Amino acid sequence: MIHDQANYEREGEDVREPLLSEKGQETVDVREDSPLPDDLTREELTLPNPSEPETARHYTRLSQMNWAIDAGPYPLGSCTMKYNPKFTEDVAADPNAAIHPDRSARSAQGNLELQYRLQEVLADIGGMDAVTLQPPAGAAGELTGILVAKAYHEHHGNDRSEVVIPASAHGTNFATAATAGYDVVELPSGEDGRVDLEALEAAVGEDTAALMLTNPNTVGLFERDITEIADIVHDAGGLLYYDGANLNALLGRGRPGDMGFDVMHYNVHKTFATPHGGGGPGAGPVGVVDELAPFLPTPRVRETREGSGYERFEPDHTIGKVHGFAGNWLVAIKAYAYIARLGDEGLSDAAAKAVLNANYLAERIDMDVPHGPFHHEFAATAGDRDAADVAKRMLDFGVHPPTTKWPEMVPEAMLTEPTEIEGQSSLDDLAEAFNLAYADTDEALDAAPNRTAAGRIDQVGAARNPRLSWQALDGE
Amino acid sequence: MSRADGTPYAPHTDEETAAMLAAIGADDEEALFDIPDPVAFDGDFGIDARTEREIRDECARIFARNDDLTEFLGRGHYGHYVPSVVDHLADRAEFLTSYTQYQPEVSQGFLQALFEYQSMLVELTGLDVANCSMYDAATALGEAATLADRVRSTSGDTVLVPEQLREGKRAVLANYCDGADLTVEDYPMADGTADVDVLADRAGDDVVMVYAESPTVRGCLEERLAAIGDLADETDALFVLGSDVVALSVLKSPAAVGADVVVGEAGSLGLPTSYGMGLGIFACSDEFLRQVPGRLVGASEDANGARAYTLTLQTREQHIRKERATSNICTNQAWVALRAAIHAATLGPDGLVDLANDCVREAAALADRIDDCSGAAAPVHDRHHFREFAVRVDQPAAAVAEDLETEGFAVHAIGDHLLQVCVTDLNAGRTDGLVAAFEEVL
Repeated sequence: MIHDQANYEREGEDVREPLLSEKGQETVDVREDSPLPDDLTREELTLPNPSEPETARHYTRLSQMNWAIDAGPYPLGSCTMKYNPKFTEDVAADPNAAIHPDRSARSAQGNLELQYRLQEVLADIGGMDAVTLQPPAGAAGELTGILVAKAYHEHHGNDRSEVVIPASAHGTNFATAATAGYDVVELPSGEDGRVDLEALEAAVGEDTAALMLTNPNTVGLFERDITEIADIVHDAGGLLYYDGANLNALLGRGRPGDMGFDVMHYNVHKTFATPHGGGGPGAGPVGVVDELAPFLPTPRVRETREGSGYERFEPDHTIGKVHGFAGNWLVAIKAYAYIARLGDEGLSDAAAKAVLNANYLAERIDMDVPHGPFHHEFAATAGDRDAADVAKRMLDFGVHPPTTKWPEMVPEAMLTEPTEIEGQSSLDDLAEAFNLAYADTDEALDAAPNRTAAGRIDQVGAARNPRLSWQALDGE
Repeated sequence: MSRADGTPYAPHTDEETAAMLAAIGADDEEALFDIPDPVAFDGDFGIDARTEREIRDECARIFARNDDLTEFLGRGHYGHYVPSVVDHLADRAEFLTSYTQYQPEVSQGFLQALFEYQSMLVELTGLDVANCSMYDAATALGEAATLADRVRSTSGDTVLVPEQLREGKRAVLANYCDGADLTVEDYPMADGTADVDVLADRAGDDVVMVYAESPTVRGCLEERLAAIGDLADETDALFVLGSDVVALSVLKSPAAVGADVVVGEAGSLGLPTSYGMGLGIFACSDEFLRQVPGRLVGASEDANGARAYTLTLQTREQHIRKERATSNICTNQAWVALRAAIHAATLGPDGLVDLANDCVREAAALADRIDDCSGAAAPVHDRHHFREFAVRVDQPAAAVAEDLETEGFAVHAIGDHLLQVCVTDLNAGRTDGLVAAFEEVL
């Protein structure tokens, strides 16, 4: 395979698209025509002033220098980059849905109905009793869930100070617990890559507010002892939090609520195919069991008593709000449309194909996969090669590499998640890219990538000498 | 299960599935799942699959149940006309269907667009650093409080906020403050802006952060920002200014009035009215660079010596620093930031300043006309206003708002006899109707 990403002339001349500022800026005298007194206004404003055709070319050129799921495989483990169905964009673009959040409930029945329907369907999928759509991303969902747990404990007079998190968990879990004011107790992984029940027994106690757990975990293993894990945490008076990042593997075959989880977030991008947009907007709805429902963010949406419409209401012991309004509404619409398109069988099949693809790809690559049986993702090890270098070389073969060097329990990890959207031939190409890169010479790995819009980028220099705006580049 | 019954977004034919299973050595797909029976689920959610066309019809029917009102609503969420070029460029799949730029060599386009967005906010705020975005203005304010806690931890635990603050914003702030053991306290306002004299008396060593807004939640432009900045400075508290990306294009630069951090809303560019979805601004001075929450794009060089962009200073972030990260945020509003940047580029500085000036002129003109209606007085506060203003009505405000809704107009009822009205380029052509409706219902 040969790949070129927007590889314009490189010889002797850099290929970069100029910054908008380098294409021309204009300085406007703000006070000249201002309806405001001078002491409220700035003197001038300097910003780029491209024409519309120049703007169109600038951003089109930039787009050509960007990998995307529509460009090719994107098997980032734990990130679940799957195809984003186009029609969901059109559903979300309905101008009738584009209303202000302060509309009266009476005049916003359509939006309330869709919110209600999505809450209900998410509750079914997670095996939960109540759902809020307010958190604007997965990490915000985590914070919401942990704040709900905290409010629950405080309501019952329990002052608990710790959240227990497996060492292999997503970094957000740790940061979330700290943001909510908890001390983090890190749980070492068992030798088989799963939670070690003895270590868990030792870690939980009367200070434990919650255990945060991903299942399947971050190397794709199902926590087979989940019932025992739930008992240990519940017996200590703690709550069990489900990190929904890997829910795509379980769709139709297991529900967090049935496993004993009390509170969970859904990553709608990862499970319900809403576009990631290069870093958001996401959405991180939170589901809880009945006991925790009174603590959810306000407002929630329910059917009116007479059943003729929908209304907002404030849960009795609400934690308040986690977003200024109703969260990332346009993303919620897309998730609803996706779930409706797949239905029961489609959702189950998505999980089946995601797991099939991960297993097939692992079979085809020459690296060891220390932990199994895995589900939707696997952590291969690059052994004595540097996983980051192997990844850079993969870029030259026209695929995006997996997540590298994480989780740390696998040395030189290449955490790989092809998702359900790749077919056999695409997986064969992906495996070839893995194998070519893995077998390549040290020199080739060091020099990679060569066929991308930029060569290997100096990360250390970027952090040592931060230049975070075109103003900071002045004179270069 | 044949392909027809499964997800339409997996390409496997039955033959391919069989061949792949054979390659793995598995009998069927179920054999790949390692889920113990007691917690296994039978797959019956009761969700019927629908076709694209059915779903589009279904959702269109649902959304048609929203009343067709002309909205004069604001209070933190604003709609301006978004030029078509924004949709068409931002919707390019290379942007929309990309992930976080963890491999910068194949993500130069988005990284440069975010670098340009950061740069625009540096110009608008006068501060040194702007991040790629927060979720919205409310969460940005919460993050500012935790920043204040980290950088001013020795001096106390009180965050001072204006008494007139959007309730939702206060509630979000309270949740961030809860985890950081900070206390939120109101300071009074005088005629719509900060009562700086009372604030000066209140300032003290226990205060880690003073927050002020311009425009305020009622659309008033704060006249004494520099004084607030000075008194925050004197007590070594952080001065955090909340604003709006359009207002910033004409208002005195936050840096010039002593702001240490600027938070606020940038979704007023690039995003249509979208039920409160936002784009949080976070900008600050260099002093706090290593304490900034969220993602930062920096310029660097590639192996060929050419300028290249990359996410940088990532040791602040959760995937490296875990519980010692500056924030738990990872995914933010990157694509919305792209939209805002395209919108700003399309307007240019002239267009931005014109848009902002219209926000001042239209608000003043509409307040005058409503003031002429018997039974209404506007603006309530004797201040310069941006986009919106409060209206005092003789009758109960909730009843007036409901009557106006019957006439086809949505306004805010914010107190027993207080309404709030917001005017932008989207509804400026409908003010005749609103004024007539006021006259009708009052």
